Amino acid sequence: MNFELLFQLLLNGLIVGTLYGVVAMCFVLIYKSTQIVNFAQGEFLLIGAWVCYAFLVEMSLPFWLGFLFTLLFMMAFGIILQMVVLRPMIGEPIISVIMVTIGLSIFFQAATKWIFGATTASYPQVFETRSINLLGMQIETAYIMSFVISLFIMAGFYWFFKYSKLGLAMRATAFDQQVAQSLGISVKTVFAMSWAISALVSGIAGIVIGMVNGVSSALSVIGIKVFPAVILGGLDSIVGAIVGGVIIGLLENTAEFVDGQYLNWGNLFSIAPFYVLIIILCIKPYGLFGTKDIERI
Amino acid sequence: MAGFSMRPCGDFRTTYRQDTRIFDTTYVRNAAILGIVAVALIPFVLDGYYVNLFIQISYFAIAALGLNILVGFTGQISLGHAAFFGFGAFASAWINNMTGIPVLLSIPLAGLMTAAVGMLFGLPAARIKGLYLAIATLAAQFILEDFFARADWFTGGSYGAAANPINVFGYEILDDFSFFYVALFFLVVMYLLGTNLMRTRDGRAFVAVRDHYLSAEIMGINLTKYRLMSFAISSFYAGVGGAMYGHYLGFVSAEGFTILLSIQFLGMIIIGGLGSVKGTLMGTVFMVLLPEVMESGVSALSIFEWANSTAVTDGLAYIKEMAIGLAIILFLIFEPDGLAHRWKQIRAYWKLYPFSY
Repeated sequence: MNFELLFQLLLNGLIVGTLYGVVAMCFVLIYKSTQIVNFAQGEFLLIGAWVCYAFLVEMSLPFWLGFLFTLLFMMAFGIILQMVVLRPMIGEPIISVIMVTIGLSIFFQAATKWIFGATTASYPQVFETRSINLLGMQIETAYIMSFVISLFIMAGFYWFFKYSKLGLAMRATAFDQQVAQSLGISVKTVFAMSWAISALVSGIAGIVIGMVNGVSSALSVIGIKVFPAVILGGLDSIVGAIVGGVIIGLLENTAEFVDGQYLNWGNLFSIAPFYVLIIILCIKPYGLFGTKDIERI
Repeated sequence: MAGFSMRPCGDFRTTYRQDTRIFDTTYVRNAAILGIVAVALIPFVLDGYYVNLFIQISYFAIAALGLNILVGFTGQISLGHAAFFGFGAFASAWINNMTGIPVLLSIPLAGLMTAAVGMLFGLPAARIKGLYLAIATLAAQFILEDFFARADWFTGGSYGAAANPINVFGYEILDDFSFFYVALFFLVVMYLLGTNLMRTRDGRAFVAVRDHYLSAEIMGINLTKYRLMSFAISSFYAGVGGAMYGHYLGFVSAEGFTILLSIQFLGMIIIGGLGSVKGTLMGTVFMVLLPEVMESGVSALSIFEWANSTAVTDGLAYIKEMAIGLAIILFLIFEPDGLAHRWKQIRAYWKLYPFSY
C-alpha cells in the first residue's frame, strides 16, 4: 500500500472535487430556479476558457482585464441564451427542454472547435513558482489557487442567497413562481439572472481548469461529470451539489489508485462515477439532500 | 386529429377494425405499395452514391424507430441509444464468428441480445422517469462505450471486430446493389412490425403510460412491465439496425458509437415527430441528408471567395456538427411536432385547395 500516493491522490480529489462542486452548484442553480436541466453546462466552461484565452493571448491584455472582460461576456452570453433559446421552451415537455440544451451543447462544442481549433492551448504563466511544498508534498500553485477560488465562489453563493435582494428573489421564485410574481418579483429577470450567474461562475471554473490543464474541448467533459455529482447530492440542493462534487472527485481519484495499484484496467477513474450514478438512481433516486416530490393526479 | 377531416366523403367507420387500419383508405395503401416499388427501382436509375445513402437511411431509420417507440410512444427518455446500436453491431458479428450461425439469422439474434442488455439498463426505469432516466441512460452510454473498448473477447478491443457479409441462400451480398434490397426488406418488415405494435393492446398501454403514468397504473397497466418492455423493444430495433450497419461495413470499431450518435438519433425522432412512425422515417432522411446537402451547398458556393477560405473548407466537419445542433434547436422552437405534423398540414392544404376554410 503506497500511502504517499494515496494521500496525494486524495488531495487532488479534494481539489478537483471542489471544482466539480462549483460547476454542480451552477447546474443546480439553473435547475432550481428555472426547472431546466442544462446539458450544456460543460460548454459554458469551454466558452469561458476560450474567450479568456482569446483576450489574454490574441489581444494580449493583462490578466485582470481579460478576466474581467470574460466575466462580462459570460454574463451577457447567459442572458441572451436564456432570452433567445430557453424562454420559448417554458411549459414545454421535459424531453424538449433536455433536447434543446443538448442541441446547444453540440452547437457550442463544434463552434469552439471551429473557431479556436481542436488542439490544446495553454495560458501564459500566471504564477512565478510552479509548485510549492506543503506538508512534504509538491502541490501546483494553480491547484491551490483553484481550491481557494472554489471556496471563495461557494462563500459568495452563500452570501448571495442569504443576504442579497436578487438572491432572495431567486429563492422565492424557486419556491413558488406564482407567489413570487404576485409579490412583485419579475420572474423573467430572475430566470435571465440565474442563467447569467451560472454562465459566469462556470466561466470562472473553466478559466481555472484551463490554467491547470490547458484549454481544449476536453473541458466540456466536466459538464457530464457533473451529473453523478448532482444526482448524488440531490438535484435541487446547493449543499448537495458541493458535497456530491467532492465525493465524486475523491471517488475518481480513489478509483485511479485502486486501478493503478491492483487492477490495471486503465480507465476505471473515468467510468467509476457512472457506475455510482446507476447505483444511486436504483436505491435513492432523490440523492442525499434532494426533496422527494410527490405527484398528484 | 387532422386525419379525421382528411377522410373522403362518405367514408364512415362502423367497426373498431376499420378504425385501426394502418392505412386510412385503399388509395393510401396502394400509394404506399407503389412507393415501395418505386424505391426498389432506385438502384437501376440512380448511381451508387444514392444507393449508399439509402442504405444508411435504412439502418438508421430502424434504430430510430426503436427510439421513437421508447421516447415518443412510451415517454421514456434515452440518451444511450447509440451504445445499444453499437452493441447490436458487435453482437451480430460475434454470434456469426463464434457459432457460424448464418448472418441473416444472427441479425435478429443480435437484436434479442441487445434487448436483454437494454432491459438490464432499463431496470432503473422501473423506479425513475423523465430527467432521472435520461441521466441513467447517459450513464449506460458511457458504461457500454467503456465495455466496447475493454472487452477484447467480444469486440476485439481497440482492433475492432470483423463482420462477415450477409449470405442469402448461398448468395453472398457483397456490393451495395444487392445490399440495397436486404436493407429495403428489413426496413419494410421492421416498420410494418412497428406500426402494428401500436395497434395492439401493448402499444396502447405504451401510449397510456406516456400520457399519464399514474392514471395508467390506476387503470390496471403494469408500469414496470411496460416500461421494461418498451426498453426491450427499443433496444431490439437498435440491435437490428446496428447489426445491419456492422455487416454492411464489414468491420465494427468501438469508436463509432459515441454520445453524438445518440443525440443524432434523438434529433431524428424530434425532427420527424415524436410518436409518429412515418415521421421517424422522415426525420432520419432529414438527418442523413443534412450533412450531404451542406457539403454540396458549400461546393456550390465555391464560386465565391469566402467559401474557398480554409476556415470553411477545413471546418466543414464542425459546421456540419453545428448544423445538427442548430436543426434540433430550431425544430424544437418553431415546429415541436416535427415533419410529420408539417406533412399533414401540407396534405390538408392541397386537399382543400383553393377553399381552405
